[in-house]
Amino acid sequence: MKSYLRFFLPLLVFVGIALFLFRGLAIDPRKVPSPLVGKPAPSFALPELRDPTRTVSNADLLGQVSLLNVWATWCVSCRAEHKELMRLAREDGLQIIGLNYKDERNDALQWLRQYGDPYRMNAFDQDGRVGIDWGVYGTPETFVVDRKGIIRYKQIGPISREEWEATLRPLVQQLKVES
Amino acid sequence: MIRLRLTPVLLGVLLWIASAAASTLAEFKFDSPAQEQQFRELTEELRCLVCQNESLAGSQAELAQDLRREVYQMMRAGKSREEVINFLVARYGDFVLYSPPLKPSTYVLWFGPLVLVVVGAVLLWRVLRRKQAPAQDDLSTAEQQRLQALFDADRPPGNP
Repeated sequence: MKSYLRFFLPLLVFVGIALFLFRGLAIDPRKVPSPLVGKPAPSFALPELRDPTRTVSNADLLGQVSLLNVWATWCVSCRAEHKELMRLAREDGLQIIGLNYKDERNDALQWLRQYGDPYRMNAFDQDGRVGIDWGVYGTPETFVVDRKGIIRYKQIGPISREEWEATLRPLVQQLKVES
Repeated sequence: MIRLRLTPVLLGVLLWIASAAASTLAEFKFDSPAQEQQFRELTEELRCLVCQNESLAGSQAELAQDLRREVYQMMRAGKSREEVINFLVARYGDFVLYSPPLKPSTYVLWFGPLVLVVVGAVLLWRVLRRKQAPAQDDLSTAEQQRLQALFDADRPPGNP
């Protein structure tokens, strides 16, 4: 029995380390978990993109499940994601609030004219200061916010159809059921 | 000869690196060299989230520039080192710190290597001790007799 252990212990240790390292291969170091998940959305008040006299604030996130989508016209993968956002706004009737991050107003308006506008409203964060409060470090980023204004999930990188179906849609459904 | 010719190139590269590092701080004015030193040290301990192997001090990424400005303004407003660090950790998580804090989720990270060294040392000590100890391969009387019998059986009859 003891000699068995002598032979198998190194093998067990090796398998343990191999599993550990193998798991490491599947983790994307570019996706840094956000400490904001589970916390109330950071407060902000920014001019609206189309109508600068209006203010978009975190009060607009209350009362219904929303997506807060951080985007910019200089962001290439935002373009890839845009089609999916259009579909979500159309088919799911989900409130998507945009945070137009470090962008030029005219570029952003042109983009929405050209590709369509999935956003209920857009906060215009020209200097990226609100982006810092939301811990934005790359676009696109999308926060799922419940009706009490608590951040429940952060998606880093574009929402693909697969990711929406696998992760985000079940979460949004669940949050809609919650009171 | 080659070494002589390479010297100016190397010097150029070093100057270029130095100027790149300096240019990230050029926009900031400080009250004292001590304050500048403090700012430099702090931004070198913080990681840029866009280019993850660069510090805030060295990165030219746009977010790093914004965060440097943020740290600078907080310092000018009299905020302490801890306050600046807490501000960034609250937004970006422990990942912004090059030196992760000691807490239950990082115990493995901090103590793992130490545990491995201790376990290795104990195993090594045991193996070395076993080698030094006198060999414990004495045979019992019955085994001695059997061994002798085997030897005898091999030997051609008549030879001593």
